[in-house]
Amino acid sequence: MNNSIALRTIITKEVFRFIRIWPQTLLPPAITTALYFLIFGKLIGNRIGGINGSTYMDYIVPGIILMSVISHSYANVVSSFYSTKFQRNIEELLVAPVPNWVILSGYVSGGIIRGLLVGLVVSIISHLFADIIVYNVLITLSIAVFTATIFSLAGFINAVLAESFDDISIIPNFVLTPLSYLGGVFYSVDMLPGIWQTISRYNPILYMINTFRYGFIGVTDVNIQSAYLITGGFIVSLTIICLFLLHKGIGIKH
Amino acid sequence: MNALSIRNLRKTYNNGFEALKGIDLDVVEGDFFALLGPNGAGKSTAIGIISSLVNESSGSIKIFGHDLNTARPIAKSCLGMVPQEVNFNQFETVKNIVLNQAGYYGLARKIALQRTEYCLRQMDLWDKRDSVSRRLSGGMKRRLMIARAMVHEPKLLILDEPTAGVDIEIRRSMWEMMEELNQQGTTIILTTHYLEEAESLCRNIAIIDQGMIVENSDMTSLLAKLHTDNFVLDLAEPLAICPTIPGYFIERITANVLNVAVTKETGLNELFSQLSRLNIKVISLKNKSNRLEQLFMDLISSTSSGNKE
Repeated sequence: MNNSIALRTIITKEVFRFIRIWPQTLLPPAITTALYFLIFGKLIGNRIGGINGSTYMDYIVPGIILMSVISHSYANVVSSFYSTKFQRNIEELLVAPVPNWVILSGYVSGGIIRGLLVGLVVSIISHLFADIIVYNVLITLSIAVFTATIFSLAGFINAVLAESFDDISIIPNFVLTPLSYLGGVFYSVDMLPGIWQTISRYNPILYMINTFRYGFIGVTDVNIQSAYLITGGFIVSLTIICLFLLHKGIGIKH
Repeated sequence: MNALSIRNLRKTYNNGFEALKGIDLDVVEGDFFALLGPNGAGKSTAIGIISSLVNESSGSIKIFGHDLNTARPIAKSCLGMVPQEVNFNQFETVKNIVLNQAGYYGLARKIALQRTEYCLRQMDLWDKRDSVSRRLSGGMKRRLMIARAMVHEPKLLILDEPTAGVDIEIRRSMWEMMEELNQQGTTIILTTHYLEEAESLCRNIAIIDQGMIVENSDMTSLLAKLHTDNFVLDLAEPLAICPTIPGYFIERITANVLNVAVTKETGLNELFSQLSRLNIKVISLKNKSNRLEQLFMDLISSTSSGNKE
């Protein structure tokens, strides 16, 4: 059985899906982030001054880009896979000889591609407000891909376990958004009082955002090696959970 | 060779409901096979397990000799499935639905495009290839699911109530299409609630009830088991009382309509001569119910009463 054709089919289907509905998938982050840059970067940022040797605008750009990558890679997989379940066209894949790893790779790839594409759109918008020069391309791209992978996998788990449309909005609203905002998008974690600094260091998004920021402006609050270990660990763990859920048919089969 | 071979298949759902109680079933290659049963009997569970949509509790399934547990990809590639309810992406175009399915089965792009066109033309849907699937009529949606199931040229096609809710014209065209597919060599398993459909199309039959196979034979032998036929007679003139003819059980439905139960031993000749002797003119005669339906009801009711005892 040719698994590469099946994988390509799922990825193509996923990419065409979010491109077809670009006003819902690619346009909103462009507008939202332009507003972030205008309000937080330009209007308020000018009064805040610099952080760790960078202007406030330069400091927040990487965080806002990665926050968009996180939310859109997650949203793509959770909404697409849950719709597939809801409309029961997941049965098209289950009846066919498509291995579980191909199903997972296909949907996660779709999430990564959308996350990175949205990241690119936001990066282009950021150029209207700041002169961004990438300090380390390899770190910037690798952490963006790893982050998109983690949140695509997490979105997949959410979609598999979800039983209603409410279930696919709970995690983004009540977990992802707070963790992203508290992950140092708009501030340095060193600015927080003692206990909050300690608590923040348990937030994995803090490591991703700071590593991504390091890739852009060479400034970070965390150890880069630790960040890669944490993201790698999450990718492996979440992949195992996804494959286990698919193998058991939890949330998909009766 | 058996197209499908099921051994001791059991399924108990998490809520404790035992949907299948160890069924055995063989469907030979090239057969047109009917799998019948009342709602909740276990046919959808059985079909769900065969098509990998439901996890079995125990037992084994072989499709063209390939075990569904140990040789899953090959076993699955032999199978095409037309589900009872619409299960394609309602926002996708007709062509992409079939083309994607070809991709899931690993068909190279060029072959996938050729097969998609062939299947859509065969189902008379080629003109609708760029339409969004949700805009299709009910009959077209069913034909689309058949085209999708046929795109990888499966040797075994399972059709789960394919004609449910479609008008008689579409139903007849689907019967023709199913017969054509079967003549081309595709083994077909059909589930249906229209028993005349099963009687006219299928050569072999299994009836499932309460998670067990209660009948499994060829259609001719099964119908031969029927001892009594019920006929409805339309009379030229009304009758005030119900006539009595020895050897026949006659019921007066209305003044102009009689229902007569005729056993195989007595036949119809004697009935008509006796009616003529009584000056009762018959305008027309028809079978009260489909013969298979009668047998089906007998089998199902005997299973129910057996369980009550």
